[in-house]
Parts: sequence; C-alpha cells; structure tokens
Amino acid sequence: MIQPLAEPGRYTLTAGPIGRADARPSGEGLIETQKLEVSIGPQHPSTHGVFRMDCVLDGETVIALKPVMGYLHRNHEQLAERMAWLGSMPYTDRLDYFNSMTNNWAYALAVERLAGIKVPDRAEYIRVIMSELTRILNHSCVIGFMLQDLGAWGTPLLYAFRERERILDLFEAVSGSRMMCNYMRFGGVRVDMTPKDLAAANDIVARFPRFLDEFEKLLTTNEVLLARTQRIGILPKELAINAGISGPMARASGVEYDVRKIDRYGVYGRFDFRVPVGDVGDVYDRYYVRVLEMRQSINILQQALRDIPAGPHIAPEVKLRNFKIPPGDGYGRIEAPKGELGFYLVSDEGGKQPYRYHVRPPSFINLTTLEDMCLGHKVADVVIVLGSIDIVLGEVDR
Amino acid sequence: MALDEGLKSELQKQGIFVLPFEQIYNWGRKSSIWPLQFGLACCAIEMIASAASRYDLARFGAEVFRATPRQADLMIVAGTVTKKMAPQVVRLYNQMPEPKYCIAMGACAISGGPFKDGYNVLKGIDRYIPVDVHIPGCPPRPEALIHAIMTLQRKIANQHLDKENRPRWYNQQSETEFPIPSYGEHDLLPPVNPKVWHPPRNYRDVTLDEVRKT
Amino acid sequence: MEGIEKIKEVAALAVPGAQIEIVNSTPAAQQPALLVNREHVHAVAKFFKEDPRFQMDFCSCVTGVDYLPKADKPGFIEVVYHLYSVAQRQGPIVLKVRAPRELDSCRVPSLTPLWRGCEFQEREAYDLYGVKFDGHPDLRRILMWDEFTDHPMRKDYAPPADYEWEPTPHDDTLQRSAQAGGIVPPTAIQELEKARKK
Repeated sequence: MIQPLAEPGRYTLTAGPIGRADARPSGEGLIETQKLEVSIGPQHPSTHGVFRMDCVLDGETVIALKPVMGYLHRNHEQLAERMAWLGSMPYTDRLDYFNSMTNNWAYALAVERLAGIKVPDRAEYIRVIMSELTRILNHSCVIGFMLQDLGAWGTPLLYAFRERERILDLFEAVSGSRMMCNYMRFGGVRVDMTPKDLAAANDIVARFPRFLDEFEKLLTTNEVLLARTQRIGILPKELAINAGISGPMARASGVEYDVRKIDRYGVYGRFDFRVPVGDVGDVYDRYYVRVLEMRQSINILQQALRDIPAGPHIAPEVKLRNFKIPPGDGYGRIEAPKGELGFYLVSDEGGKQPYRYHVRPPSFINLTTLEDMCLGHKVADVVIVLGSIDIVLGEVDR
Repeated sequence: MALDEGLKSELQKQGIFVLPFEQIYNWGRKSSIWPLQFGLACCAIEMIASAASRYDLARFGAEVFRATPRQADLMIVAGTVTKKMAPQVVRLYNQMPEPKYCIAMGACAISGGPFKDGYNVLKGIDRYIPVDVHIPGCPPRPEALIHAIMTLQRKIANQHLDKENRPRWYNQQSETEFPIPSYGEHDLLPPVNPKVWHPPRNYRDVTLDEVRKT
Repeated sequence: MEGIEKIKEVAALAVPGAQIEIVNSTPAAQQPALLVNREHVHAVAKFFKEDPRFQMDFCSCVTGVDYLPKADKPGFIEVVYHLYSVAQRQGPIVLKVRAPRELDSCRVPSLTPLWRGCEFQEREAYDLYGVKFDGHPDLRRILMWDEFTDHPMRKDYAPPADYEWEPTPHDDTLQRSAQAGGIVPPTAIQELEKARKK
C-alpha cells in the first residue's frame, strides 16, 4: 500500500526543488498543479511480470515511487524445507525462470560447498558452457525487452528470440526441457554432452558474433536510444555498493566486482576474459555493459569448447539417494546474468532436508534503488529504468 | 435446412456459397481472437515465445496482444496465480467485454501446480472465473499453446446461437461479472466462488461409464 | 583475510562490552559465524564497515531463521548477515543475532542505516518471521498483503484449512469435506460412520 502523503495540499510549480518527496509548497507561484498518484501495474505491458509501482507524480515528473511486490510469492523457501535436498532442484529452475541453468548451478554450488563435494573437470566445463550460453541468452533478450518498453515494438525482441530459440534447442537436446532444465546435480550434471551437442554449441558460438554485430549496428549508435537512455536513471557508485547492487547494473556504475573473478568458483580461474565496467551508471551504460559482456561470454565459450576434457560428468562418490549433509550452515554464490545469486542453507541434525533454505535474489535487491534512480524523471523513463534493472518476478518474490 | 447437395455444388462453382448464419458469425469470431497481454510467471515466457517468429501465433488470428482488457477477447492466465494477485485477475476478467474466453495455461493456473501447498498460492484460477481451455505442462510448449488456441477455435465454432452452449451474452440469466475476492486476515474472502468451482466429487461415486463418456 | 579467532579478538577490542561467540559450520564449508548480542550488533557491524582492515561495504544477504524450542534450549529467531568487501575483495564475515520467539519481544536493531541493501531483506524477515527491526526507515510487509496477520515462514505456522488438499482428513475437516462432497479416502469412511453413529 502507498504511504500516506505528508500534505495533500496544492503544489506550486516554481523554481523550487522538484524531485524531492519533501518539497514544500511555496506561497505564490505561476501555475497550481496537484499531485497525482498512479499505480503502475501489476498488469502492465512491460513484460517483467506482476510488479507494481506506486508513483506520485507532479504532472509527468516523478516525486515519489514505492515498489510493491509479492504478487508472485510462491513460498519456494517453505517448500524446500519440506523436501529432500535434491527435491528442490526443479524449483530453483522457476526462480529466475528466464535462466534456469544458472539457478541450478547456484544451488548445486551451495550444497557442494556445505558438503565438501569435489566436481570433476568435465562437469565444470559443461557447467561453464551452459552458464555462458544462458548469459548471452539473457542479455540479448533483456535488451530486447528494454527496447520494447522504449517503443521499438518487438523488432529487437524478435531478433533476440531467434537466437534464444537456437540455444533452447540445445538445452532441450541436452537436458530434455527448453526452459526448466533441472540439469545440474550435486557433484556434476545429470547427463553428459554428446559430440553432437558440442558441435551444436560450436555452431551457436560461431554464428552469434554476426548477430551481435547486426544488433549493435542497429542499436548502439541509434539516436533515439541515445536520446532516451543517456543521463536517465543514474546510479552513483557509492550508493550501488552500499545498496548491495550486483551484476551488470553495478558494473555500469563503476563497481568492478564480478563474482566470477573474485571467487573463481568452478573453473573460471582458467579462462582469460575481461569484465566491462561503465562510468556514468545510466541506462545506456547498463545496456552497453550487457553488450560487452555478451562478447566476453563468447570469448569464454570459445575457450571452454576448445579445452573441454574427457572424464566423468558427475562425481562418482556422491550418493544422491538419501543425500545427507552434516549440521552447519553455509552461503554459496555465483555470478548469475542478473547479479549475485546466492543460497544460504542450514542443515540441522538429521540432514535429509534443509532446515533453512534462503535465496539471495539479485533482482529483489537491485530494486532497492529504484526510487532514487527515478526521482525527477518523467513517467515514461520509469519504465525504461525498470527495464534496465532487469528483474524477473520469480526471483523477486520467490 | 436440407439443401440439395447437387444444388450446393452447382452454386459453389458459380462462386455462391450457402451457409448457416452462425457459421459465418462464429468464423469471424474465432479467426481473430486477440489475447490480453497478461503473463504472470514462467509460462508467460513460453507465451511470448509462441508469439515470436518461430511459433508465430499471429497465423491463428492472435495478431496483437492488447495491453488493456477493454480491447481483448481472450485472457491467457499464464503462470501461478497467487492469492495476492487473484483479485486483480478477477477484476481484469470483469473488465473484458463479452465475448470473452479464458485459457488456463500451465499446471499452476489449472490447479496450483508444483506450488500447490503454499500459503499464498491460489489452487487454480478456476476457483473464481470460468475457464474454457486448460493446458497442462510446466511450462507447456508453444505448440501446446497453439493447440489450445485451435481447441478454443473449435469450441467457438460449436457455440450454436440457439442451443444450450450459446455465447454467454445471449443467455439473459448467466453472469458476466464475477465477484472479486478481498484480502482477509489469513486467506482470501471468500476462498472460492461456489457458483464457478465445485470441489471434486467423491471418487467412489464416479462410474467407469462416465469416465469413458468424457 | 585473517582467521576467525583474530577477527573476533579485534572486534571485541574495538567494541567494549560486546559478547561475541564463534559458531562453527560444517568442516567443509569453512564459513564460521560471529554470534553477537543484540545490544552491540550495530556497533560491531559499524566497526567492520569502517575499519580500514576490513572495509565491509557490501551487505550481501540477510536471512531470518526460526529455531524451535527443544528439550533443554529455548527457541529463538536468528538473523544472519553476510558481509563482503568490494574495496578489498575479501569476505565473507557472517554476523548472527538472536531474538526470542515471542512476537512482542522479537526485536533486533536494524542495520539498514549502515547498508541500504538490508532494507528490503529486513522487511522480508519482518513479514515472514515477525522480527521487528528497530531503526528501519520503512518497516511494513513486503511479500504478503497488508491485511495478513500471520508470519508464514515460522515453523509453527498452520496454513488455512483447505479440504481439497488435506491428505488425511480427520475430525471436523473430514466432516466439512464430506458435507461439501469432497474426496473421502476409504479409510476415513469408517471414521465417518462411527462419528455418525455416536
């Protein structure tokens, strides 16, 4: 529910401080306007899901904005407390339902860290390949969605979905399902990748740079995009760190933090790739950081597909039936396409089910600064800023 | 309406077609169903994928997904309906003008799906509004959604104007607006709409013949 | 980063009066936590944020955990904070705070004034566990609707009775289910007959 306004009085349009929620009406002015409360959502054409923003507007300028979520709260954490450790792996697919492979990996990594399971090399390389394919799938579609919100009705989105369909075909061949892959297990992956799958992955990686060049030629120097996204939604670097922002949104603000480089989980220490960092932190920077990250992902994919070794695809000593973990708690995190995705797991005595299972969702925490970024901008910019944060409601609400 | 078949084919050769009026009426309605752009969760992505260029849904008449319910014919409830969201779903359904149809896409919209025992999950949208087509799957493939649209088209074609299953606005007694639940302290109030949803029957009373008939 | 013993000593020196204990995790996880008492957790967190050796400027994860009372130990609700350092690329430091389970005394100081990232996560802990955070700028429900009165993630939460789902209906749920025409398993039929005969 929206907070009650401090003073429902009239508000005059002077050279006063527009853009602060505590702006006081001055004595005389030129035009008298009124504050307008608009609830954007939960059903709105910006396809990020069921999310609501209670905006207070002065004309078209945003004075206050409160996000309201919980419309997709499916009590995923409570369900996991009733199921075995492996039983909540399919539910992690449905967290960030756009990228299921990275959710699976985050959960598997947290459990492996807690239980001390060592993953064989081939499985690690397969995980990296799947994760980077997910990253390019996500970034291209997010740019497509953001441009749809900008008004380019569907054209970039359809281009992005064309690439997405190719990658989804590979996911279906490998794991059996297009979107909800349920592919990772504790200690490795469920089935191995055949040489045909690897050839398909090579094919995708070979074709993608051409698509990316075409995409960039249409978008990066496009004057409409530049006019509408530069200097909009600026997030300063200190606020980004303090608010717990992670992922491309933080990197666009100048925070050089990529969990792949810091934690070096999996075999990311062996790959040679760079982390793009922006300087201004506006919507355009977030768009461009994603484009550059896609190029780096292609780089990683080429190295991984070249170096993938033979070997087991799952650690042979792990017994997945009656899987138990000794008492204790732990936090494992990865660099998901949206940000830092972490799982905090507590295992009590007994150990067959998690006692506490908590997801640290990047989209949820990235929404903390939505109000700060939107103050002073127009209503149309709110939608673009939201699109550049890149939220998925399955993750925000769990 | 028994027209001679020979006469019919002779007329057809001259370019004259003789049809009952309701066939044309239903053909116009079924060939241009505009869905409401309303995705809740994961199934929404498959809905978007089926509207994208590979599994083009526009071929079947769903040319544009309208953002406002006032201009839409079909509401595809794609994804989990939570109790927090349920009043808005019913409100949107009420705002759609007749003729309106509802497709429950995915296991969550049919019955709560994998999240069924949840304190915030509504066990199926058919607890409050009538659903015409159910699509099982988690998520159902885009081809399944296309099959559902075709099933709905068959259903519309079968809605004879003078029989029992005629469209709702020709039935003076039937309702087109459904009561909106409100947020209670522990649950929605009322938890179900008894006119729309009946709890499943005692399975010992269901005979095998009945099952074979459906 | 130094070992957990050294960190605890340094923190205990910097914040006099703080009671800090080390809580160990599984041997493989290597993530021991510091359990701090409620009164001093704000000062300890502030120390970790500002001290140049640590510079924990990134609060990554805030979790509420509900521990039910057991035979010898009282129950408590625990709030766990995971802190990382972006400037020095180290971490995590795990802070734990405990509060009693009764709703009116379940209060913990909020760390949102130190890290803005705690804002939504503390609201979620309040919504789902009932922990009140003193000093939080905007403590209200975030995931459930405002008129909701329970705290659903607690271990003793009972969801509203919905007879369609009851796996083994009995007593009055069974009566309601049978009256409404719901599914009645064969084993429960005898119970219904017995109740009807009485």
